[in-house]
Amino acid sequence: MSASTLFEKIWTSHVVQSRPEGIDLLYIDRHYCHEGSFHAFNALAAEGRRVRRPDLTFGVADHYAQTRPGRLAGRAAPPDPEMGRLIEVFDRNMAAHGIAAAGLTDPRQGIVHVVGPEQGLTLPGMTVVCGDSHTSTHGALGAIAFGVGASEVAHVLATQCLWQSRPAQMRVWFDGLPGAGTGAKDMALAMIATIGANGAQGHAIEYAGEAVQALSVEGRLTLCNMSIEAGARCGLVAPDDTTFAWLAGRPGAPSGAAWEAALARWRGLRSDAAAPFDREVRLDTAALEPMLTWGTSPEQAAPVSGTAADPAALADAGRRHAAAQALDYMGLAPGARLEGLPVDRVFIGSCTNSRLSDLRAAAAILRGRRARVPALVSPGSTPIKQAAEAEGLDRIFTEAGFEWRESGCSMCVGMNGDLVASGERCASTSNRNFPGRQGRGARTHLMSPAMAAAAALAGRIVDVREYVA
Amino acid sequence: MSRQPVTCIEGLAAPFDASNVDTDQIIPARFLRRPRDAQYGSYLFHDLRFDEAGRERPDFILNQAPFRQASILVAARAFGVGSSREGAVYALQAHGIRAVIAETFGDIFFSNALKNGLLPVRLSLPVVNALRHAAAGPSPARLVIDLERQELVAPDGARHAFTVPAFARECLLAGQDEIGLTLSLLPQIEAFEARRSNSPA
Repeated sequence: MSASTLFEKIWTSHVVQSRPEGIDLLYIDRHYCHEGSFHAFNALAAEGRRVRRPDLTFGVADHYAQTRPGRLAGRAAPPDPEMGRLIEVFDRNMAAHGIAAAGLTDPRQGIVHVVGPEQGLTLPGMTVVCGDSHTSTHGALGAIAFGVGASEVAHVLATQCLWQSRPAQMRVWFDGLPGAGTGAKDMALAMIATIGANGAQGHAIEYAGEAVQALSVEGRLTLCNMSIEAGARCGLVAPDDTTFAWLAGRPGAPSGAAWEAALARWRGLRSDAAAPFDREVRLDTAALEPMLTWGTSPEQAAPVSGTAADPAALADAGRRHAAAQALDYMGLAPGARLEGLPVDRVFIGSCTNSRLSDLRAAAAILRGRRARVPALVSPGSTPIKQAAEAEGLDRIFTEAGFEWRESGCSMCVGMNGDLVASGERCASTSNRNFPGRQGRGARTHLMSPAMAAAAALAGRIVDVREYVA
Repeated sequence: MSRQPVTCIEGLAAPFDASNVDTDQIIPARFLRRPRDAQYGSYLFHDLRFDEAGRERPDFILNQAPFRQASILVAARAFGVGSSREGAVYALQAHGIRAVIAETFGDIFFSNALKNGLLPVRLSLPVVNALRHAAAGPSPARLVIDLERQELVAPDGARHAFTVPAFARECLLAGQDEIGLTLSLLPQIEAFEARRSNSPA
């Protein structure tokens, strides 16, 4: 048998049927729904179709979840009743089709890409889909996980399969270990700045190298989460002892003899040494500085000591045009220094950076200090919120002047009404700095939780290493 | 249930000179809570087409005659990147757009478009740029996009070959309902499940 990549091994074991046109009917082990899946349920209902495997489907209410305190006591009415109605429609769809779900009142509730791994519902070797592009997150556990649109959500609901063509294989090596004040988010932004927001289009990325091996599972979830921002179909990390230790004992993980049998299978989930990749990229992680975006595409990122682009210095006409437009939207001069840029607001949360280690990293910077600008933190799940409270992180945040919110997608995408005002500059731990993403006219700078916390304290962009030194 | 087949699209092209067009631009997130209906056309590029008071921005291409009637959008590089929201496709279609031409597309948008019969046409950047310049020229540019022959005919008569993944093309030409097709393979799917429950992956 020829040498194959981790991705190919998982893919091959899920092919139900191959067609001569070069497309495979791929079996899906785990399908996550959220409120936005209502389009697919409507399509299903219109054709009188049923959910074929509700037992392999799991729902989480996140996009429209209100995050203000007291949401279950009726003290956080949505700004638009339609948002509340979508949560009800979600509950009805889950109940009508017999799908287990973490709705708004469920103690497991949170952001779908945080809850799935946390509950052990995503496991090594699985195929995972969800009607959300950040499904790439789940690849951190050694799974093929990718986002799909409503038509494919309906297709999975009805058949538990998808017609897919196999993407090309790309491997990104992170050589060396990141220094103080840098981590998974900086690695992701540095990669996207290097290969471009479409640099991995049509590819599955396997992350490898010393820095990836050293990352916690939470860090790997952050890295894989941002795969889609490089245009990749998905991103994944070979499961190892770090993965297995993190999964052990989670509700959805096997136990007893089944756990031992699973471990034996999972240990084989790695790319063969001779497996060919269509493309390999190497990045020097040891030289990494804290990163942030200055523009309106995740590829428009630079080290904190750097500057925004000067369009006049760009040779490519398309990039010059894009940079000029981005600077105009962001209210920045060509070549503006990033350090010292005043911020109006800080958001810590999203499926990228809302896990316990993210909250700890931010709290370590904030402890005993006071934010100069309004700031909001929304933990990735209700269990994470409780764990953070148990170790007193909530007090560090609130004493620093942060709003300590309930869990949901919140200000990453603003669908629940948590918005950044037009013209405001927001230091955000989320994943997209597109125009209008956090609200019409909002100016987003993506960065790590530690960098966002430092920005809150200074009221401007600062190098977090000044606070951790 | 079968779909409306897509075979050949002929129409007016609008030049849309932008790269990295994310689906948040195509349809802002706040409109996604609406069920799919004809209103989706008014959400298309909403924050680019309308100012904060809801007035049309005259400089936006789709607000200019004759491009209000355009059924083909000629973009540049990387159209439909980012979010998986299929609402981006619904908005384009509800506005009357039947095909988008670009050098590359976001993978999820590309798939969503094909599933709905919106044709994403990939051509080399020089060809895309030339078509966009023609569309922006003094006389309206009509393009013919023949899915059967996988060929685009430019206003000057030049023919440009493009490819659509074979399976998607067959489904579009035949108006094939993919879910129906897959359900016809239920015995194979059940056999796969039975094999896997005996020896899990």
